[in-house]
Amino acid sequence: MGTESLPNIPGIEAGIDRTPAEKRAGTYLERVHEWIVTVDHKKLGILYISYALVFLLVAGAEAIMIRIQLFFPHNDFVSPYTFNRLFTMHGTTMVFLVGMPILFGFGNYLVPLMIGARDMAFPRLNAFSFWISAFAGLLLYYSFIGGVGLSGTGSAPDVAWFAYAPLTEKAFSPGHTVDYWAVALVASGIGSIGTAINIIATVFCMRCKGMTLFRMPLLPWLYATTSFLVLVAVSPLTACQAMLLIDRYLGGHFFDTQAGGSAILWAHFFWIFGHPEVYVLVLPAFAFANEIIPVFSRKAIFGYPAMVAASVGIGFISLSVWAHHMFTIGMTSFGNAFFTLSTMLVSIPTGIKTFNWLATIWGGKIRFATPMLFSIAFLFQWVIAGLTGIMLSISPWNWQLHNSYFVVAHFHYVLVGAIVFMIFAAIYYWYPKVTGRMLDERLGKWHFWLMVVGFHMTFDVMHFPGLLGMPRQIYTYESDRGWTLLNQIVSLGGFIQGIAVLILVYNLVHSYFRGRDAGPDPWDAWTLEWSTSSPPPAYNFVVDPVVASRRPLWDLKHPEDPDSAFE
Amino acid sequence: MATVPLQHSMTEGEWKQPSRGVVAMASLITAESSIFTIFVVAYLYYLGHDVAGPTPHDVLEIPYFGTVCLLSSSGFIMLAEHAIEHAKMAAFRLWWGVTILLGAIFLVDTGMEWQKLIVHDHLTIHTNLFGTCFYSLVGLHASHVVVGLLMMLVTLVFALTGHVRAEHAYRVKVLALYWHFVDAVWVVVFTVVYVVGR
Repeated sequence: MGTESLPNIPGIEAGIDRTPAEKRAGTYLERVHEWIVTVDHKKLGILYISYALVFLLVAGAEAIMIRIQLFFPHNDFVSPYTFNRLFTMHGTTMVFLVGMPILFGFGNYLVPLMIGARDMAFPRLNAFSFWISAFAGLLLYYSFIGGVGLSGTGSAPDVAWFAYAPLTEKAFSPGHTVDYWAVALVASGIGSIGTAINIIATVFCMRCKGMTLFRMPLLPWLYATTSFLVLVAVSPLTACQAMLLIDRYLGGHFFDTQAGGSAILWAHFFWIFGHPEVYVLVLPAFAFANEIIPVFSRKAIFGYPAMVAASVGIGFISLSVWAHHMFTIGMTSFGNAFFTLSTMLVSIPTGIKTFNWLATIWGGKIRFATPMLFSIAFLFQWVIAGLTGIMLSISPWNWQLHNSYFVVAHFHYVLVGAIVFMIFAAIYYWYPKVTGRMLDERLGKWHFWLMVVGFHMTFDVMHFPGLLGMPRQIYTYESDRGWTLLNQIVSLGGFIQGIAVLILVYNLVHSYFRGRDAGPDPWDAWTLEWSTSSPPPAYNFVVDPVVASRRPLWDLKHPEDPDSAFE
Repeated sequence: MATVPLQHSMTEGEWKQPSRGVVAMASLITAESSIFTIFVVAYLYYLGHDVAGPTPHDVLEIPYFGTVCLLSSSGFIMLAEHAIEHAKMAAFRLWWGVTILLGAIFLVDTGMEWQKLIVHDHLTIHTNLFGTCFYSLVGLHASHVVVGLLMMLVTLVFALTGHVRAEHAYRVKVLALYWHFVDAVWVVVFTVVYVVGR
């Protein structure tokens, strides 16, 4: 704040922190202490995001090692055992320690600001959720040091991220690696459920005056839907981890096939979590697109009610599609038909969303700043990911390609092409709000183009070894299969993406100290977070906002033509 | 410009939103219901899959007494809620205490049932699939009873020392919501384990 002048409204002055910035900062130790004990949703959001970015680098490094190993046939860069650990840790880390925390971080930071609240509904629960999630990450990675079990087998978990039974039973996975995996997931699940409860309570109970549910920006709507999915989908994961731990520690038989237990039941339970989890991750990405695309097209979002309905619809439909991960396990033909159809049904609401984004861009005055570039790439990539998704939902096609690199390419298209791209867009879009400084646009363009080139080299090409029969999770392959060149292109693309991410990291650090001053509203946007200073004060808003339309800042900037006159 | 104050004239009248305690407890109950669903599905799926005895039919007896105690406690906690809303603190403490007592009797009843199963019928969590599913599901419910009892005991202590007053009626209601959920889950567990499962 400092030199910026305040609007002359009586009564505001008393609420402003006038302490000079240097005095407020305190000593180094005081600042660290302040971050550890904080219950401020903005600080916790930043903690979540930084924690996730660290693990993004770790899991990215694991991916690079996987790709180095597969660069040549019969490569011995890592041992087969290490390779199993690498893809297990890569998957588990990316989903639980990168995807969920970074999206919850943005949710934490943005939801209260966007609905005009001063904090989340339960600030202390919020802090608890973050710290237990952070603990889960440390626990999982401690397995590298502490995981050597009784038989001396292995350090990190090596059972793949879906950890199919009975491989995880004591008989087949002695030692403690699976225990670290299971307990870390329980801890992370508790954190996720806590945050989900908090976001739902915040969205439904903490909105500022005048903000009815249908005047909320779409981001809080989608976060509420995501949080509902977390409640009903992450809890089953916690439940089946509890069963696994009962098996391992108390001698239970849930997944002990020799005592009548069922390996298939684990698969069902895991995917009852696993598939909605994809939507838990992708709905926040949609939420970012809903905010960024209108602002950079200079138009209000097209079809707001349809967008809300489609998002909530995706949430519900996604609960009934899980067994499309299990076509090859063998189901009745009714089961196959049901899960094929229910999976295809998802394409209707997602199609509605895609066309609404296109209609928002159509005829707009488009600004190709970095957030918009990432959003446009997201639109293309999301459609392609959806198309291969429909291909895989057809059970006979799935029998052919299940657990091949085609599937790996498909879900990375969703996770990287859609979700990671929108996370990058969101970082460029909201970084000025969080730090008060703009990210460097030139570096941003480098990051974007390298990312696009690297992404398509990796994941477009990855479909082909899958079609040629290359199974996932193999540590090497024969040279006469015709997979070598394809794998080398895939690996090269991966290295390019790695460089792109390093450029982002450099940009984040460099711009924090040297970036252009952002001011409260650098993008000329319309939602409430841009009405307060950058970074916002601890109390967010000096005066509780009152809104009369979906775009309160538009109303303020254009009193001659306010939205509130039309909604 | 640090802050643009947004002020529009309100035409809608009073601004009302649901209370966060109830919304949060409803969310927690949703999450807990999913956890119970998974355990119930596992129980039903594994019925009759045992490779060794004993079976539910051999050893389970319907716990009428405990069930009546637990389910009636939901009624007494409603009396307590009603009392604190009307600032009748003595009645509140009485009904609250009765609720805790009935919950505790249920726990003791479950404990005696388990003692009989373990010592007399030699059924442990390790014996067979039925044992694993039974102790997990009933134990999961019992652990919820324990959590509910602990929270209610803390409330009772605060009520006896005069720290819980009529203005806390709302918080008491949120806690009571959890207890109603614990009772409702027992209806499902009872049906699955002692009616369908036998």
